[in-house]
Amino acid sequence: MKFTLKIWRQDGPQDPGGIRTYELDEVSEDMSFLEMLDVLNEQLIAGDEEPIVFDHDCREGICGSCDLMINGEAHGPEVTTTCQLHMRSFHDGETITVEPWRATAFPVIKDLMVDRSAFDRIIASGGFVSVNTGAAPDAHATPVPKENADRAFDVATCIGCGACVAACPNGSASLFLGAKITHLGELPQGQAERDSRVAGMVAQHDHEGFGGCTNIGECTSACPKGIPLDVISQLNKDLRTAIKHGH
Amino acid sequence: MTDTLKTSDPASPDDPQRHDDAAGYYVPGEPLTGREHAPDGPLEERWSKRVFEARIVNPANRRKVSVIVVGTGLAGGSAAATLGEAGYQVKSFCYQDSPRRAHSIAAQGGINGAKNYKGDGDSVQRLFYDTIKGGDYRSRESNVYRLAEVSASIIDQCVAQGVPFAREYGGLLDNRSFGGVQVSRTFYARGQTGQQLLIGAYQALERQVGAGTVEMFTRHEMLELVVVDGRARGIIARDMVTGEIETHLADTVVLASGGYGNVFFLSTNAMGCNVTATWRAHRKGAYMANPCYTQIHPTCIPVSGAHQSKLTLMSESLRNDGRIWVPKDAKDADKDPREIPEDDRDYYLERIYPAFGNLVPRDIASRQAKNMCDEGRGVGPEVDGVRRGVYLDFADAIERLGRKAVESKYGNLFDMYARITGEDPYEVPMRIYPAVHYVMGGLWVDYDLQASIPGLFVAGEANFSDHGANRLGASALMQGLADGYFVLPNTIRDYLADSPFDKITEDHPAVVEARQAVQARIDHFMTTKGTRSVDSYHRELGNIMWEYCGMERTEDGLKKAIDLIRTLKDDFWRNVKVLGSADTVNQSLEKAGRVADFLELGELMCIDALNRRESCGGHFRAESQTEDGEALRHDDQYAYVAAWEWAGEGQAPVLHKEDLVYEFTEMKQRSYK
Ligand SMILES: Cc1cc2nc3c(=O)[nH]c(=O)nc-3n(C[C@H](O)[C@H](O)[C@H](O)COP(=O)(O)OP(=O)(O)OC[C@H]3O[C@@H](n4cnc5c(N)ncnc54)[C@H](O)[C@@H]3O)c2cc1C
Ligand code: SF4
Ligand code: FES
Repeated sequence: MKFTLKIWRQDGPQDPGGIRTYELDEVSEDMSFLEMLDVLNEQLIAGDEEPIVFDHDCREGICGSCDLMINGEAHGPEVTTTCQLHMRSFHDGETITVEPWRATAFPVIKDLMVDRSAFDRIIASGGFVSVNTGAAPDAHATPVPKENADRAFDVATCIGCGACVAACPNGSASLFLGAKITHLGELPQGQAERDSRVAGMVAQHDHEGFGGCTNIGECTSACPKGIPLDVISQLNKDLRTAIKHGH
Repeated sequence: MTDTLKTSDPASPDDPQRHDDAAGYYVPGEPLTGREHAPDGPLEERWSKRVFEARIVNPANRRKVSVIVVGTGLAGGSAAATLGEAGYQVKSFCYQDSPRRAHSIAAQGGINGAKNYKGDGDSVQRLFYDTIKGGDYRSRESNVYRLAEVSASIIDQCVAQGVPFAREYGGLLDNRSFGGVQVSRTFYARGQTGQQLLIGAYQALERQVGAGTVEMFTRHEMLELVVVDGRARGIIARDMVTGEIETHLADTVVLASGGYGNVFFLSTNAMGCNVTATWRAHRKGAYMANPCYTQIHPTCIPVSGAHQSKLTLMSESLRNDGRIWVPKDAKDADKDPREIPEDDRDYYLERIYPAFGNLVPRDIASRQAKNMCDEGRGVGPEVDGVRRGVYLDFADAIERLGRKAVESKYGNLFDMYARITGEDPYEVPMRIYPAVHYVMGGLWVDYDLQASIPGLFVAGEANFSDHGANRLGASALMQGLADGYFVLPNTIRDYLADSPFDKITEDHPAVVEARQAVQARIDHFMTTKGTRSVDSYHRELGNIMWEYCGMERTEDGLKKAIDLIRTLKDDFWRNVKVLGSADTVNQSLEKAGRVADFLELGELMCIDALNRRESCGGHFRAESQTEDGEALRHDDQYAYVAAWEWAGEGQAPVLHKEDLVYEFTEMKQRSYK
């Protein structure tokens, strides 16, 4: 296969950046999207051009590192992570545009790499259960109904990739927030801090410069883990309760 | 099963006593005892004795005591969180952009815990025994017992944090049996156990970041260990965004930097997994133990072409229902497998091991797959002239159980396979091939997890750990969390009870020297302006390691590999090409540093493998097999931990042997025939 690649290059946060066009030949349909970029990078190095910077690590769709905007879609045309996307999802001869996540709260570091540390700060503001090591009761002390455990698991699969933010016209991280609120809210262990958790996390979310949710739903269609939109209703519900309780 | 103590007849030419294969490649050193800080007495009392005897740092003083933790995987994340809770001043480092992305996130199958919730006869004693046996009698009894003992508390801790383990309809935790053991002691969260456990540890860590006890340094790579007056006192790290070389000093350093499977280039590890943190410590005096012990997993998706960047693991549970075969005749290799009649197929595992069939242990399944492909009977695309794949066929299972049942059991794995290969495994047999998955080797530690440099502690896959020559499924997650939540926080306090140590400043000569060494290496890479990319060296090293230090190793092959690696290393230092600048993100520069260390590690792995002329656990030496081709251990010669000391650039490493003394278990030779 053969592709024309239009790729965002930006030297650093201060550089305005721009699209550069590359031609790539002899791409196999079995290559992953990132392997295709590896091959392009080898070609660039051979021609003395600096390779393209992008985040990636596990290449298994689980660490949440990879984060490319491909033809205007977060993680590209399939519902999966960029690293699990394969070239067979494209047509021979196609032009593919690759850009970084765009959001106020995710500034570009270089080329396709952005800073998503805001997500960590949101978790540090309440996305946990306060239990010191060694202070836990026996794991069977509190049974958890299977439906709640399953629902907690389903939303706990969020990989923190930020596609929801990149896809949202408001740059909101409500899906990410809602996933964590729902995960811990479904479990008995998460109840004691339910109010302070949602209040703290939402305050940090707004402080980081993420936008508000206007129920557009782009987030959930871009989410590689299928986090459902109703976690945002749960988020809003929990927030209302917390406010009622004086948070 | 037979007793091995008599297997080597001194008159036989195979007698390992007559061999010193690695002669000339190493220098014999003083023996090690490995019993530092290890209490004696009854096995089941040793850990509580140590917990009691390890001194406590006065809570009021803890804020003045500083700890560096490199790594935020299960081991490092849990250690940093727990030390933060205890009140120490912690600095935590990872190379990813978030601690939650450490490679532990990718573990699928589950975590063992001796809870006996199923009432099927499990106990600490049984988990201990299974682990010792699984490790082929090459681990320490005291350590393994402790691991089994704390395993139950791990499950309690994780549940309390909100880890959504699978549950039964009654609301209680579900368990499954894993890796061929006879009890159900594996806790799991669908196929994403590592992810859920890591998120638990990550949230505990972020809680401490919020509380101000832990300072987090993401996108920071440790490039050197600082040793002052014989003690580990800090690290030199590079800020991977600004390129700044930073000095971080502390009272103690914990390395939890994961495994080095990427020395093989292709492995199931994440792309960034590296040996740099532990290798730099090794060069500063920390012994590297059993570096050749590698685990190769049989059910990975095969290489599809020269572009391949990593390999993907599929759960071993597939072997419960899938049947493994290759064509009897190499001529059928590129035929549609569905058109190859039953009579022309070789279900080789069922043929060679009728008792265990497709469920033989990982190393046997892996080695036999390689043998079939070496015979030319492999299937799938030809890469470098060889087809490296065997069929894993579900046609019988689908007929017997129905497609629905197969789908509900393996649906997500089948989907993953289809996405990666573009083939439908319900219709066409899957193709699988072994891949490097885990390393049992790592930095040598004593019972307290302290390395041979005082003040340096090592946790998780980075240490040579409790798995001996082979690790049981679902035990790495257990060990990482055991180390981080329960063992290390209890042992490190004994060391820290003597702190605060002498204040040192950044202009201390040892600190300056470490920083300069880092800078010099970076300058070298930036100015070499060679002609070959870093990846091309890494790939070549990987091929050498896989060919000669992979599933089956021979004296000649290993010697050849050492020569090849030395030549490659010379060329790398003269001819590597790193473009761009060092004061911004530079992924080629990051990789160059890692490959430089892999090249040195690779050589040591081959020397270790050469010295160990026995087959044990995941280590198969062709010279040491039974008449029917099975692994043959030599307990009279090799029942020791090989702890290697760095002797300097271009010098033969020094071998320290720590004898393994079995007081409570009888060493048995395994047999799967
Ligand atoms: C695909 C796969 C599936 C697996 N499945 C299972 C399973 O089902 N059950 C099981 O028990 N085990 C499993 N394992 C093994 C297990 O996941 C690992 O052994 C374990 O998670 C390692 O944890 P760790 O904390 O030691 O290291 P890691 O999780 O690898 O963490 C290493 C940390 O060190 C940091 N780091 C590394 N080098 C540097 C440096 N130079 N500077 C700064 N930071 C650095 C990284 O950023 C990271 O934070 C699996 C492994 C793989 C690859
Ligand atoms: S909610 Fe989905 S898209 Fe958003 S961070 Fe989580 S996994 Fe990524
Ligand atoms: S690289 Fe880990 S999810 Fe894509």
